[in-house]
Amino acid sequence: MSKMTLEDLRKLRETKKQEAAQRDSDGKDSLIIVGMGTCGIAAGAKDVLDVMLDELKKAGNDNVIIRQAGCMGLCHVEPTIEVRTPGMPDTIYGKVDAKVAKDIVNIHIIDRKLVNEHVYDKPAADIIK
Amino acid sequence: MAVKNYVLVCGGSACESAKGNEIYKSLLHQAENQGVSSDLQIVKTGCFGFCEKGPIVKVLPDEAFYVEVKPEDAEEIISENIVKGRMVDRLLYKEDSKAEFKAEDIKFYQKQERIVLRNCGLIDPESIDEYIARDGYLGLEKALFEMSSDDIVNELKKSGLRGRGGAGFPTSLKWSFTQRVESDQKYVVCNADEGDPGAYMDRATLEGDPHSVIEAMIIAGKCVGADKGAIYIRAEYPLAIHRLEIAMAQAREKGLMGENILGTDFSFDLEIRLGAGAFVCGEETALLASIEGKRGMPIPKPPFPAVKGLFGKPTVINNVETFANIPVIISKGGDWFAEYGTEGSKGTKVFALTGKIKNSGLIEVPMGTTLREIVFDIGGGIPGGKKFKGVQTGGPSGGVLTDEFLDTPIDFDSLLAVGSMMGSGGMIVMDEDDCMVDVAKFYLDFCVEESCGKCAPCRIGTKKLYEILEKISQGKGEMDDLDKMRDMGAAMKKASLCGLGQTAPNPVLSVLNTFEEEVLEHIQGGKCRSGKCKDLVQYTVIEDKCIGCTVCARKCPVNCISGERKVAHVIDQSSCVKCGACYDSCKFGAILVS
Repeated sequence: MSKMTLEDLRKLRETKKQEAAQRDSDGKDSLIIVGMGTCGIAAGAKDVLDVMLDELKKAGNDNVIIRQAGCMGLCHVEPTIEVRTPGMPDTIYGKVDAKVAKDIVNIHIIDRKLVNEHVYDKPAADIIK
Repeated sequence: MAVKNYVLVCGGSACESAKGNEIYKSLLHQAENQGVSSDLQIVKTGCFGFCEKGPIVKVLPDEAFYVEVKPEDAEEIISENIVKGRMVDRLLYKEDSKAEFKAEDIKFYQKQERIVLRNCGLIDPESIDEYIARDGYLGLEKALFEMSSDDIVNELKKSGLRGRGGAGFPTSLKWSFTQRVESDQKYVVCNADEGDPGAYMDRATLEGDPHSVIEAMIIAGKCVGADKGAIYIRAEYPLAIHRLEIAMAQAREKGLMGENILGTDFSFDLEIRLGAGAFVCGEETALLASIEGKRGMPIPKPPFPAVKGLFGKPTVINNVETFANIPVIISKGGDWFAEYGTEGSKGTKVFALTGKIKNSGLIEVPMGTTLREIVFDIGGGIPGGKKFKGVQTGGPSGGVLTDEFLDTPIDFDSLLAVGSMMGSGGMIVMDEDDCMVDVAKFYLDFCVEESCGKCAPCRIGTKKLYEILEKISQGKGEMDDLDKMRDMGAAMKKASLCGLGQTAPNPVLSVLNTFEEEVLEHIQGGKCRSGKCKDLVQYTVIEDKCIGCTVCARKCPVNCISGERKVAHVIDQSSCVKCGACYDSCKFGAILVS
């Protein structure tokens, strides 16, 4: 890289900051847990995880921690994802493909609404409209 | 593919020496083998501080904190934690037999406040981008575009930052002296000649976050009007030197150092000067002489280096830890910094906690933290259920703090008041097995070796004090030796040319003041209660207990134990070297130490 000006330095800091923010868990309030058991991976959980990371980045949201977990026991509806975010009930989604993953980010995390047709375990049935 | 996990491997010297680099390589290798290398980023960071349990590997964002990792564990970390998302339970740090996976939950980290070590163990020290991502060079940006020289000095003044090399001189004053002098050339020098036995704070800072020191030196250059600087570092810190060189090259390439920094008309460049590891070269005038290519010996002050320093020009000289504080003080403001610490000592202090302590390592606490918190909460107390005896602070210039000072808040002034000093931050914990005469002797031996020999009080004084202590440890001490040592110590303090000689008697005087009884025991009773002074110890066989197994006779390196099988043995005192091998090897407790 050639020598930087003040503008370059500021720009570089902003981009690098976003990348680094992924590592930090301080001050983040939302958590997405992706079921990465053999069943989940076979059903495409890895791709789902990628899509979610991409979508969050696109939305400029650095408030979410993404963790991987083992099998959640809902092997019949893999890939499964649990979302915990303030003001919303903890929710487990199943049969998550790339499109649903995008919906979860945009509708659940950002607009704070449930993606009803993919809710599989929590919350209790009466909350789902 | 996007990166999902970050694996941080400690790349500090302590963990490196415990195969840190092999762990790093085998993690890379395993990630490749298991087809997940694009899912994760493996970063070699600076010291995590928890050296006792190293090498350390941390997985983010899961926050799995793995301790005592071996290269062969890499396979499991990748296959379990990365591929399947399950933590490797057996490698997690366990406290009170409960697995504590998060670093914040570990007692060792709870009372710490990391300002100097803000990036240590978090970023890759060989990547300038990672430093910039953590607000790196933000301080420089402010200093160049928004602040005048006076503003910078004022910000430092507000922060109350005092030199971390040991003496605690206000940094703002030091800088303002150099700033005010007219000169065609000025210099900025970083003192990285860390030499106290048991201290490795500066080493870890440079290895873990070299850019913080470089940024601060450029800010210093802007403040006082210097365009050249040097980092004086001992050649035995190869990893720190290597990372500094990388960092300097990166800063130059990005236009953060060199000609016309960030397009302004301010230029500043640095070079590294290697020292051969003489303790006296940590003294600023000796250090400057060494940079100039002369023999490293101190000269009388004043004039101070701030006015007449390197090559006779005004020079700002600060130590590594002082510099590392400065970028954040400038970017976050002096008031923010002044919220930490005590009335007279602001901010934090990094200590290297070593000796008889469960969690040895590198810690950073706010000034004013008590010794009890450091030793028992962070350090986890004394291993083996032994009794706490004292903490030696300030290395060869400091003294011993006993249990009566456990609740003294630690800062520059409180330590001086109780007869020790902050020093650069080595803390050596001692238990009941340590002999205070022996400890004092150790430090004096160090000073005898390291005295440059230029002035008589130091050259002769250290040697004579050592000889008296040697005599006492052999049981040949006399009562008037105590006064002799006190007199000589007082003279050395007054008459020595530099800090080395002025503080060399401190460990002895401190022992005389706080452990006089133990010293008297050596002189009057010919007895060393901890058995460290070999000449005062006698090993004998307890006849009733000895079953004549012959183990001790076989272990004895000088063959001074004789006896038939199944008959009590006898130790020949005249040829015994008091190595203690017989005591260690006897399974029947038949060896008496007296």
